[in-house]
Amino acid sequence: MAWFKKVRIRKEDKRVKIPEGLWVKCGNCKEIVYRKEVLRNLQVCPKCNYHFRISARERLRLLVDQNTFQELDADLVSSDPLRFRDSLPYLDRLKKSRESSGLSDAVLTGEAKIKGIGVIIGILDFSFMGGSMGSVVGEKVTRAAETAIARRYPLVIVSASGGARMQEGMFSLMQMAKTSAAVGRLKQEGIPYISILSDPTFGGVSASFAMLGDIIIAEPRSLIGFAGPRVIEQTIKQQLPDDFQRAEFLLEHGLIDMVVDRKHLKETVARILRLLLTEPYRE
Amino acid sequence: MKYYLDFEKPLQEIDLRIEELRRLSNGKNSALDTELSSLQSRAEKLLQEIFSNITPWQRTLVARHPDRPYTLDYIGMLTDDFVELHGDRHFGDDRAVVGGFGSIDGRTFFIIGHQKGRGTRERIERNFGQPHPEGYRKALRLMKMAEQFRKPVLTFIDTPGAYPGIGAEERGQSEAIARNLMEMSLLRTPIISVVIGEGGSGGALGLSVSDRLYMLENAIYSVISPEGCAAILWKKDGEVGQDEYTRAAEALKLTARDLLGLGIIDGMIPEPPGGAHRAPEETAENMKREILKAVDELSGLPPERLVESRYQKLRRIGALSSQGESP
Repeated sequence: MAWFKKVRIRKEDKRVKIPEGLWVKCGNCKEIVYRKEVLRNLQVCPKCNYHFRISARERLRLLVDQNTFQELDADLVSSDPLRFRDSLPYLDRLKKSRESSGLSDAVLTGEAKIKGIGVIIGILDFSFMGGSMGSVVGEKVTRAAETAIARRYPLVIVSASGGARMQEGMFSLMQMAKTSAAVGRLKQEGIPYISILSDPTFGGVSASFAMLGDIIIAEPRSLIGFAGPRVIEQTIKQQLPDDFQRAEFLLEHGLIDMVVDRKHLKETVARILRLLLTEPYRE
Repeated sequence: MKYYLDFEKPLQEIDLRIEELRRLSNGKNSALDTELSSLQSRAEKLLQEIFSNITPWQRTLVARHPDRPYTLDYIGMLTDDFVELHGDRHFGDDRAVVGGFGSIDGRTFFIIGHQKGRGTRERIERNFGQPHPEGYRKALRLMKMAEQFRKPVLTFIDTPGAYPGIGAEERGQSEAIARNLMEMSLLRTPIISVVIGEGGSGGALGLSVSDRLYMLENAIYSVISPEGCAAILWKKDGEVGQDEYTRAAEALKLTARDLLGLGIIDGMIPEPPGGAHRAPEETAENMKREILKAVDELSGLPPERLVESRYQKLRRIGALSSQGESP
């Protein structure tokens, strides 16, 4: 007879990828679901509404009108300022990520239309070195903001990132300041910036442009925060509640505007922009 | 009792003997005095020898040295008068960040910095120099006030990082730092930052977006601590320790000299041999010269030009090439 319940340890940051094959196991409810059904459902579990992590290209397909995307700065790559190497030289690591993702770095930026509204869009890809921000991500996000100012288009950025990219040292850290400064200019110009947070958004990305959206939207259950849950647990030596750093937790604490299901995301962004982009009131 | 780092241990012996001789001689015994002065010059030589060859990891330990002067120590040495202000007007007063205004050489500065504590009690009180969101918000409130009164801002950086805790997350640690980065980039008054000890990642950056960024010679500034970096890279291969920290500190290029070479900082402020804690006044003097020079250069600029050049300064930072011509 058990006197006390077994302590449930909080599931760590699960890396859920949809494996090849007909069936997939949901990372949240552990149900086995038909793969095609998940795909049809915008990579959301039909049983529990768990939002699977998706690539930047998939996100693009879900968010912008077909054939409207024109990529910007696709050729920018890092020059490895620290000549960093761990088990692999950083340049090799980049090359591998480039090959597996088809992206030049962890963000895809460009011009597109969302329900007919012209936008500048940036989408981070977690599968590219954890969506980490180094010089390239920082530069592309900054240029996206500057292009938004030049074209007078709203800016939409979808984040998914573990934070700053260690392999570029202080160059990475300074990208936080650079991107935040660019967002500052955007605000002064009165151009709307919608920041969409997806699972996970942490560290140097959340502590810069991601939390600076005029409107901040998060996908359900996404983990979002400054410090990762493991770091916090080690620091405070306590177990964290299961809802801690989830999108709903942030909403409750007044840190974001809304939690929106993936299937409603495009329509929500379009609604916001339609309302904000009407002719300004004239005196 | 002075604190000696491991690699400083050879010095400890000589220092102890110097102390002893000093007590014995008391200025009356010329034979002892001769030995004393020869010991002193030996100690100085040894100090220089040790410090001319320290590794980035050893420098990290100097940057965190418990005897190293902290923000309030420098404020005490630099200002004739200082008024400390408290609170973010939203939630509380973060003791890990201090701020207020004071006069340096007849000029009023708003001075803000991370504050570490000395001794167990104060260390806990100061949360080891790790701010909560209210610390960043207090800092921003004071910077806005500096803008309002057209006074330059001086910030001191000395933190292991922003605090990773439940309350910090609930109150928006990310948002607080992000907002400071943005608002500091737009602030219409000069900002001068000096990394005096540890520049720990985003928690350090949240007070150091500036027109001039300096580092003390033995300060460090890094995207991640050497311990954190080592754990990520090598923990899977077993326990990590001094060797891995040494490698990580080397790889991260976190010293003032490295960062000056990489164009991340604008200047390195020299410290006396053995580090700032061996001659705090001298360090403060060196710092004061740079601060006054910088503020002279910056005060002449109209606010628009100042803000524009700060933006361009940030804008340039990045290590990029176009695919095809990549190395």
